[in-house]
Amino acid sequence: MAGRMRLPQGGFVAHDELLTFTFNGKTYKGLAGDTLASALLANGIHMVGRSFKYHRPRGIVSAGGEEPNALMQVGDDPRSEPNLKATQVELVDGLKAKSQNAWPSLEFDVGALNGLASRFLPAGFYYKTFMWPASAWMTYEHFIRRAAGLGVSPRQRDPDRYDKTFAHCDVLVVGGGPAGLAAALSAGRAGARVILAEQDHLLGGALLNTQGEVIDGQPARDWIAAAEAELAALPEVRVLKRTICYAAFDHNFFGLVESVTDHLPRPPENLPRKRLWKLRTKQVVYCAGAIERPLVFADNDRPGVMTASAVQSYVNRYALRPGRRAVVFTNNDSGYGAALDMKAAGIEVAAVVDARQVPAGPLTERATALGLRILGGFAIVAVEGARRVKRVRVAELSLDGKTVTGVPEAIDCDLVASSGGWNPTVHLFCQAKGKLRWDDEHACFLPDAAMQTGQQSAGAANGRFGLGSCLREGTEAGAAAAAACGFAPSDTAASQAEDRDFLPGRWIWLVPGEHPLGHKAKHFVDQQNDVTAADLKLALREGYRSIEHVKRYTTTGMATDQGKMGNVNAIGIVADEVGGHLPEVGVTTFRPPYTPVTFGVFAGRDVDNLLDPVRRTPMHAWHERNGALFEDVGQWRRAWYYPQHGEDMHAAVNREVKAVRDSLGILDATTLGKIDIQGPDAAEFLNRVYTNAWLKLGIGRCRYGLMLKEDGMVMDDGVTTRLGEKHYLMTTTTGNAAAVLGHLEDYLQTEWPDLQVYLTSVTEQFATMTLSGPSARRLLADVSDADLSPEALPHMAYTAAKVAGVPARIFRISFTGELSYEINVPASFGMAVWQTLTTAGERYGITPYGTEAMHVLRAEKGYIIVGQETDGSVTPHDLGMDWAVSKTKDFVGRRSLSREDMARPDRKQLVGLLTKDPKEVLPEGAQLVEKVLPQPPMPMLGHVTSSYHSPNCGRSIAMALVKGGLARKGETLFAPLGDGRTIACVVADTCVFFDPEGERLK
Amino acid sequence: MIETYLRQSALDHLGLAGHSTAAPTEAGVQLSEKPLPVAVNLRGDSGDAAFVEAVREALGLALPTLPNTATTGEGLALLWLGPDEWLAMQHDAAAFAEAQLATKLRKALDGLHAAVTEMGESLCCLSLAGAQARAVLAKGCPLDLHPRAFGGSGHCAQSLLAKAAVTLLQVSDAPAFELYVRRSFADYLWRWLEDAAREYGVAVVRP
Repeated sequence: MAGRMRLPQGGFVAHDELLTFTFNGKTYKGLAGDTLASALLANGIHMVGRSFKYHRPRGIVSAGGEEPNALMQVGDDPRSEPNLKATQVELVDGLKAKSQNAWPSLEFDVGALNGLASRFLPAGFYYKTFMWPASAWMTYEHFIRRAAGLGVSPRQRDPDRYDKTFAHCDVLVVGGGPAGLAAALSAGRAGARVILAEQDHLLGGALLNTQGEVIDGQPARDWIAAAEAELAALPEVRVLKRTICYAAFDHNFFGLVESVTDHLPRPPENLPRKRLWKLRTKQVVYCAGAIERPLVFADNDRPGVMTASAVQSYVNRYALRPGRRAVVFTNNDSGYGAALDMKAAGIEVAAVVDARQVPAGPLTERATALGLRILGGFAIVAVEGARRVKRVRVAELSLDGKTVTGVPEAIDCDLVASSGGWNPTVHLFCQAKGKLRWDDEHACFLPDAAMQTGQQSAGAANGRFGLGSCLREGTEAGAAAAAACGFAPSDTAASQAEDRDFLPGRWIWLVPGEHPLGHKAKHFVDQQNDVTAADLKLALREGYRSIEHVKRYTTTGMATDQGKMGNVNAIGIVADEVGGHLPEVGVTTFRPPYTPVTFGVFAGRDVDNLLDPVRRTPMHAWHERNGALFEDVGQWRRAWYYPQHGEDMHAAVNREVKAVRDSLGILDATTLGKIDIQGPDAAEFLNRVYTNAWLKLGIGRCRYGLMLKEDGMVMDDGVTTRLGEKHYLMTTTTGNAAAVLGHLEDYLQTEWPDLQVYLTSVTEQFATMTLSGPSARRLLADVSDADLSPEALPHMAYTAAKVAGVPARIFRISFTGELSYEINVPASFGMAVWQTLTTAGERYGITPYGTEAMHVLRAEKGYIIVGQETDGSVTPHDLGMDWAVSKTKDFVGRRSLSREDMARPDRKQLVGLLTKDPKEVLPEGAQLVEKVLPQPPMPMLGHVTSSYHSPNCGRSIAMALVKGGLARKGETLFAPLGDGRTIACVVADTCVFFDPEGERLK
Repeated sequence: MIETYLRQSALDHLGLAGHSTAAPTEAGVQLSEKPLPVAVNLRGDSGDAAFVEAVREALGLALPTLPNTATTGEGLALLWLGPDEWLAMQHDAAAFAEAQLATKLRKALDGLHAAVTEMGESLCCLSLAGAQARAVLAKGCPLDLHPRAFGGSGHCAQSLLAKAAVTLLQVSDAPAFELYVRRSFADYLWRWLEDAAREYGVAVVRP
């Protein structure tokens, strides 16, 4: 038998399927179908952790996601996971679990000294004590974190895979209890696309925890099986088990997490561990049931004190005895269910302590008929036993329920089952901003008006606590949801069952003890955060009134369980104390997630080499084969440089730069943005978006253009070519291609819809290779049928021709200052043409060069790079590019350029910089000052934007944006560096360091 | 004249032909690259009868005006991409068929305000078929591809798949889809698809 407290048969566990697991290093047996919590209880283990603040021994309180105490560290690094609720962890063979809030061990816990010092640890203690001096918080926090002990994050990377998926349906049903099953059935039968999400691995909800329920004349168990089979047969219905709906967002968008493999001892390699469902539905029916409230009495946190429904669950579903002799403490009829089921399972029920003066209700009657000892109008006033309940003392309540009278009677027991009423699970409804109303009769908050369309609640989640009502309301809600999606409701009537409620009740929020509150005993409201009723009252005495403030001051309702058991009790205690009514106090804000969600599902498969797309050019494989190192430019991966024979970067780049000037280089320029512009108004359009004049550009000619944003700042630059009468090709910088297209479409569609122009991105239609260097013309002539004479194809001209037999566009444009041809061929031919050029170019010493050499070459010529020399605050004038700005026409950004501020002489302007020591290379980004002070701060004039060693100039060169730079030519500036060095440099006459006359372009 | 066998598709570097199968497969998903598609982007005014007629004459296909639908015939598909934008698609065509198709359209549209732009070189076409094809797409595409919502074969859409923009065309109710992605993203998207389809079993098949 799996555990000494296990019943020989019954429940939803497989009695013949033994599993082995360890808890705090000791080995135990459990059964398939157990949770970690039920397996521990079957082995007689109640005490599973220590409390957060006082390190009091704590036991398993619940049988579900509301559990505040039984938090476990499960598994070994790297699969170790903290803060799992033992009540939700499905037992698998070989599972390893540890208590996480005990040091050095659960049995002997150093932190328990906090319990002795508890008078000095009231609510708000951390705020009051550790906030001063502010600088010491980091030190305090280090120790507080260790003592608080909310588990340990794994140190190694997560070896598991996670999945994410979008999903859509007509009707989402949250919860697979009786109401949820009924809703899914009626919506599914009508033909709607239904997703039913159930956090458990079994359907049935609360029906799994009870015995003897009958639906349509058959045992509930059989009805559940039939419902499950019918749902499985409906083609448009999907049942997701082990799937928690953790969040309700706007417009019926929901977040769900499916646990795919955690319950498998050896998960198949191809399955993700968990899956995130991003679900959009037209209608939702919340059927999440209700959570039982515990009663708040003295030392109600002793291991062995559980909710009555949890006791029922352990007895009926998991077939075990959570104790040998029990006391039930209730204020309503439902507590008697636990008493009856325990008696049936052979647990001695010492007494039912009922706060109601006149116990009544259907279950009460059955218990009375069975002769159980019922103490009407009584309360538990003390609980003895540190690591396990040994004894309770009970006493009669006063008429107002605020005090007790008479001499308490001691009753020996090892189990206390408490029931303080039921709270509908309204969390998702409230996350979706639904409003609540207070139900005085049932003493609970119920869903009122939904804030979003298509949202219903049904069953216990809607305050229908009887099984018959659950089924009826679920059926109706499912049919209504389907009808709202246009599906004629089926004529199936609702299933029938007995309609038993838990009324009447006597709603006492705080059960008086033997001593004044806060003395000698603690009344816990929130066990996970160790918040007591006395703490709440202290907060009120200190002036906090808003329940949100009380929550934050006392931390009640925080942490991983978010106060699912304690919140309404806390509100009740606050209401009593301020003499108000619960709905006036109100609830705290419900926010996602309903239960904690592991980070892995948000990452999904967006990790490692799928983290972000790597965009490859058609020649990428050639660059790889030829040893290129790559750099990321946006999502593109561009060849950076091609080291040979052990060259370092400096040597490789120097060689590439010199080769271009000496003879011939080839660059993969595919990534440059290309926008095809067609239409009769194309020239006018260009004239408006560029700063210079475009109306007179001849066919076959190219022009450089600057594009500004509305604020007059440089946005992009590039060469645009007139391919035909009404046809242009614009090039943009690599990183800006999408933004420029968006900018242009924006103007075309919203400002100038009258212009007849069509834009199409053709960046990837072509493989682009640049031949650059004095030998460029000779190589191209070898492989092309184009007339390349300077007369036929001068600088800034274009021709269509064949290159290596492939139809190509040849642009004679240059970003190096050398004779250059930019060749566009159809992308699929890119590799072939590139290989032809590199092979045919061998006789000219053709050298592939990467982006780094390209940067050096253009800097030698003083050509800017948008995004490097500019940062969104730089005008054409700042760049010394007035020559590219028309004085006679309008263009985007023009009016901003006429602002006074744009003419300020001390704007940061682009200048060339030459270091005094030609060997020293300024770091890019270095700040420039006029005078070096002993230490910062010192007035900063600007920064270095580009800086390289230039092999062609035989020295370092740099560009910088400097305040009033154009007037500082010849001045010496200093770059004080972080490493203590200071580099002196002179503002050059020009940014053009090489071939200032442009002879080589001719 | 350069030999057309020197053309490389966007996934040439993966050598898919070497590990693809022609045999029927039990895998939940069949994946392939349909190399070197022909595609011509078309812009114009569908309210202009002359434009609509000219396109019909040139392609032998009606211009689809219902959003996200395609008309097909004679190895050609014409996809609605926007109120004034379409994409003409063709497979298994000769090397310079794209230029020919574009020229045909340009001639037919001469004198109208329209734009014809060759696009096939910029695209990679992936084929995704099998019982779990929709489930794989759902992992990265926010659209509802259920037949009731998407419409089944002959419907198309521009959307995101993972972090790549795609044009998606359902070519069979089986279901089977063609995904058109810019060729620089093809390597990423292929690896993403293989990974996303792994739990269902994925077979690389001959196109």
